[in-house]
Amino acid sequence: MERKYMESQIKGVSTGTTILAVTFNGGVVIGSDSRASMGGNYVCSKTINKLIQVHDRIFCCIAGSLADAQAVTKMAKFQISLHSIQMDSPPLVKAAASILKELCYNNKEELQAGFITAGWDKKRGPQVYTVALGGMLLSMPFTIGGSGSTYIYGYTDAKYKPDMTKEECLQFATNALALAMGRDNVSGGVAHLVVITEEGVEHVVIPGDKLPKFHDE
Amino acid sequence: MLQESSEPGWISEEVKTGTTIIAIEFDGGVVLGSDSRVSAGETVVNRVMNKLSLLHDKIYCALSGSAADAQTIAEMVNYQLDVHSIEIGEDPQVRSAATLVKNISYKYKEELSAHLIVAGWDKRGGGQVYVTLNGLLSRQPFAVGGSGSSYVYGFVDAEYRKGMNKEDCQQFVVNTISLAMSRDGSSGGVAYLVTIDEKGAEEKCILGNELPTFYDH
Repeated sequence: MERKYMESQIKGVSTGTTILAVTFNGGVVIGSDSRASMGGNYVCSKTINKLIQVHDRIFCCIAGSLADAQAVTKMAKFQISLHSIQMDSPPLVKAAASILKELCYNNKEELQAGFITAGWDKKRGPQVYTVALGGMLLSMPFTIGGSGSTYIYGYTDAKYKPDMTKEECLQFATNALALAMGRDNVSGGVAHLVVITEEGVEHVVIPGDKLPKFHDE
Repeated sequence: MLQESSEPGWISEEVKTGTTIIAIEFDGGVVLGSDSRVSAGETVVNRVMNKLSLLHDKIYCALSGSAADAQTIAEMVNYQLDVHSIEIGEDPQVRSAATLVKNISYKYKEELSAHLIVAGWDKRGGGQVYVTLNGLLSRQPFAVGGSGSSYVYGFVDAEYRKGMNKEDCQQFVVNTISLAMSRDGSSGGVAYLVTIDEKGAEEKCILGNELPTFYDH
């Protein structure tokens, strides 16, 4: 079985990971696992938070090299704040995603990190953007990323419905994360979920033993 | 991602059945399924190949990996099983067929790169599914294999239930293959299904436009 494992070519600590973001009726759920690994064998951290808040209603999840991702999100956070002050209004999710995309594209030779940006703004409501490795920016109703996402393409294709309720969406995201963590050895730990709506931001943490179990467990 | 190549892939690349294969047991038999794409590099050299190969009347195997290696193993085991069943004077056990495949896979594991899933019905054990990856032999309630299988691990983990009947199993197999074909570049074409029970083996072909469709964003 020849599969190229991108994460193992990253030197240092990587978030071999599973990340996802899903829009529902009125908001967006963004989620990730919590494992950081080095070389595919050693788990450096069981409880790292891969959901970075870049503005009041905009979050970013990181995959790939942890050092690169942290550097980029720190820079992006600063630029988004500056932009928001200049415009005198909360930034658009698209603007935040574009800022990340510029950073990734202009430094594509050195960087090895991918992002999912999701949030809520007044103009377009809940949105999800994916910024891929080379700097591509795409808007989608939902998206998955990281090494563990390979295993749940079939599940998310089959189970996603547009305009879900918040509870259905949380269940969908939790199931998808649990399934990916069950198959990918560099994803694991707890499931972090953040629900972003017009009203605010709600953080949900589901410890490993409370994740849904499937037939062989 | 455009590659500069002066000649088409089928001249120089090895022919692989990069594929999706699945087999599942139910009470009284098994269902096997596969896609139909055979690729050599980026070229599809056969879009209608049946990867479900007969080993005996009520024992089939599903081929994946290198097309030549897989077909050769299947033919050798077909011959060995014929001889064996004449010697014992009755239909061979599924476990015997799987052991014969395993023996070849293990002995020549450095030279071969094919993975066969063996499944069938015999009067002693009913419906059985065996995996023979890299020379191991293991019986499982269901098995997936091939390059497309990575994308549907989450889906099969979530959807498999013990005690499904024949029709549920057939639907499960068709859904899984359909999802894998839509995500894996090396899987596609039509879906072949074989249902084996006490009465015999029934082959079925489901054309591309009759396959179930899922949410496409």
